[in-house]
Amino acid sequence: MSSPTPNSARHEDGAVDRRRFLMVLVAAPTLTLALSAETIAPADASSSAPQPADIVDAGDALILAGTPTAHLMMVLEVTENGEVRAELPRAEVGQGITTAVAMLVAEELDLPLRKVRVELAAARPELVLNQLTGGSNSVRSLYDPVRKAAAAARARLVAAAGELWDVPSVRLVTRGGMVVAPDGRKATYGSLTTRAAKLPLSRITAKPKPEAEHKLVGTATSRVDARAMVTGQMRYALDLDVPGAKPTMVRRPPTINGTVRSMKNEAAVRDMPGVIDLAVIPTGVAVMGETFGQVRDAVEALDVTWGAGTVDSLSDAGIRKRLRAAVLPPVVPRLTGYVEAEFDFAFVSHAPLETNCAIADVRKDRAEIWAGLKSPILAQQEIAAALGLPQRQVTVHVAQSGGSFGRKLFPDAAIEAARISKAMGRPVKLMWSRIDDMRHGRTRPASHHKIRATYAGGKVLTYEHRVAAVETDFRHGVGEMLTAVATRLPVVGNMSFAQVVFHLSVKVPYRFGVVTGLLKEVPLKMHTASWRSVWSANTRGADEIVVDELAKKMRKDPVAFRRESLKTARQRAVLDKVAEEGNWGRDMPEGFAQGVGFHDEYKSCTACLVEIDARNPRKPRVVKAVIAADVGRPINPRGVEAQLLGGLTDAISTTLRAGLHIDRGLPLEGSYSQFHYARQKDSPTDVQIFIMPANGEPGGAGELGLPAAVGAIANAYARATGIRPRSFPINFDVDFTPFPR
Amino acid sequence: MPRYTFSVNGRTVTVNAPADLPLLWVLRDRLGVTGPKYGCGIDVCKACTSHLDGKAINPCVVPVSEAQGREVTTIEGLAEGDRLHPVQEAWLEQDVAQCGYCQPGQIMAAVALLRETRNPTDAQIDAIENVCRCGTYFRIREAIKNAAAKMRAVDGPGLRKRS
Repeated sequence: MSSPTPNSARHEDGAVDRRRFLMVLVAAPTLTLALSAETIAPADASSSAPQPADIVDAGDALILAGTPTAHLMMVLEVTENGEVRAELPRAEVGQGITTAVAMLVAEELDLPLRKVRVELAAARPELVLNQLTGGSNSVRSLYDPVRKAAAAARARLVAAAGELWDVPSVRLVTRGGMVVAPDGRKATYGSLTTRAAKLPLSRITAKPKPEAEHKLVGTATSRVDARAMVTGQMRYALDLDVPGAKPTMVRRPPTINGTVRSMKNEAAVRDMPGVIDLAVIPTGVAVMGETFGQVRDAVEALDVTWGAGTVDSLSDAGIRKRLRAAVLPPVVPRLTGYVEAEFDFAFVSHAPLETNCAIADVRKDRAEIWAGLKSPILAQQEIAAALGLPQRQVTVHVAQSGGSFGRKLFPDAAIEAARISKAMGRPVKLMWSRIDDMRHGRTRPASHHKIRATYAGGKVLTYEHRVAAVETDFRHGVGEMLTAVATRLPVVGNMSFAQVVFHLSVKVPYRFGVVTGLLKEVPLKMHTASWRSVWSANTRGADEIVVDELAKKMRKDPVAFRRESLKTARQRAVLDKVAEEGNWGRDMPEGFAQGVGFHDEYKSCTACLVEIDARNPRKPRVVKAVIAADVGRPINPRGVEAQLLGGLTDAISTTLRAGLHIDRGLPLEGSYSQFHYARQKDSPTDVQIFIMPANGEPGGAGELGLPAAVGAIANAYARATGIRPRSFPINFDVDFTPFPR
Repeated sequence: MPRYTFSVNGRTVTVNAPADLPLLWVLRDRLGVTGPKYGCGIDVCKACTSHLDGKAINPCVVPVSEAQGREVTTIEGLAEGDRLHPVQEAWLEQDVAQCGYCQPGQIMAAVALLRETRNPTDAQIDAIENVCRCGTYFRIREAIKNAAAKMRAVDGPGLRKRS
């Protein structure tokens, strides 16, 4: 439903017709954030001072940065058949944002959900910073603009009916996609749209419904695109039928960022069956052919002499050494009781099931691109620069993605496809092989953590967390958005992009006295990107392990200790929920244990309780999980549950088995047989998820589930085995023969 | 170039293709049947899972020559017109899909399993190796169990549903 098709995307002529129908673009009010001295200063000496993310989190900053163009964000069209088409300036990567937006539109317009079509907008440079999907921020940034746009559309349809019947608007109601008069006369939206489009703008004011009147929003709703998915009709980028676009793959270097020196057998490869063309591009040698099967054979047959890459001499041990050397030392002396711990986290592939891919049709004076993109404006800019075209001559369509987890923040495949199309003079259907996606695709950077907590008299006095991480690439627009806003805060000051994001997204939710968190990045020329929850999975995961170790030293129960240390009733409520529903503290057989974790971010909070079977510590399995989350105001609780389930599986994977080994400048892992993302046999047979009732504004939900689950799983493992986990994933042998480079 | 004739979702097709060309690329690149997805190309992720004469296969490693004279069913051929297969219905009821990319393969694997057994155990469901990178496994498990219950109710005790 929401994938752009080449036909509809190519022909702009429909737009002329559409103007006759009601299209709405509504101003959203300026979002303001009040910063008072009260919110910055600690309420009392015994509680911790708020951390930056308590005051303004990354999502707030993204919304603020997008405010100047928020009124342009949503385009709604009421069609003559009574459907409402919404163009969404966000990516759908599986998180269900198209469903949530369709629900908001249907709610405001009193329209059946099936009558709302949400399509992914192509790159719209006029939105400047406001077409980026990330930071668990889509619902948060869209909630007001979508409702306002839909409410305005409704008001205009009502006014049109009023004019038609000569009845004051206040006496008309809307129901089931129709305007209804007191005497029973009815008019469908479709029949009113042309008239509504002609009404003078200034006459009509509209307000979204009070939330108490929501009938659909807040109820568990199935995905609007589910049927397309289960019938094989969903079109991802490579399923689009762009005329003339031929299968293309790239032979890549044996080390990250290696370069092509020469090809030894170009002529022989050109003669292989099905091969159409070859081209050298900055990232390797591209081969185009009739089918991907033949292209793959040709790519493998290529004999290329390679130049050095950027990290050829580096392996895991060397990277770890640099991280350990970079991490800043804690400064609080160990005068009282203390817990100290160091943690290492490996590189992790995003490994979306759809590998990096794109379609590009580059002509002399213009280019057209189709890809799953979370930053399409950036893609448009970079492709224009790579091709030497004006930005307006580059059309970038956003296709629905087969997963992202942060990977699709960057338009790597789209830029590459554009370069190949230019070099070959033909439309290109570019697909990365799985091996390339895992070895040359972006990764979550490795990190090292040093934590020191001191306590006395049953209270934690200080909590220091020092992180050193391989540099995360933020050159996708988020950095610009956040630093622009956050550096003005008194508590953040002038920091790098990464430090700003760190401070706006990572916070310790407990009253732990003086709390400090510091990030130090180690720049290495590798391909990195935010991975679901950015630093929180590692940083907060490590925190939650230390919380358990603190509780043990202080002879407190892990749940009770968290409960007394948390700051708000909302936080305690989710913890209580999992403790109760998960029967915390129940007797477990030898080798089994429960573990708990908690996390608070982006105005939401969650607790996770797991049970692990670690009778064989080398082959542990999480057998049960109980999760509770308070996301402020769930639009679609069923979708929130799905996000939490995904976060749980990510945590099971990255905590227990899934990571990348870097060996002389390249990850060893090349497929799912080697990168051990969880399968069905690794996932729990009992999962219970509870979404707390609405109690405020929508918070973030996309990344929320992961950090608490990391903590819960590591803590359960420690309790079951007596082994305190310090290096992740816990079981991380090279249990495979790597593919040739 | 050799010629192969076989059926895809009930339609007879003939293609000229090298004997060793994986069926996945014949389906996707030559026949425009895009339900089966590429995820690894080496029979590891199982995203392309389809059926050959009713049995689960992974067309990324099955050469087209093996399809000669046989029946290939992809996700597109599972429903009968607008009437979804009970497994597809169960997938909708559990709202399994997130990004959806692996789900055609997951569904075809589940259908194959339910042809082997009417009442799959957790261990049998665990044996499905299809990767879901969104991590929907628990909903998949629930959907398979619900579909099995539904199919048993339709078939009645003792009867084995053939398709």
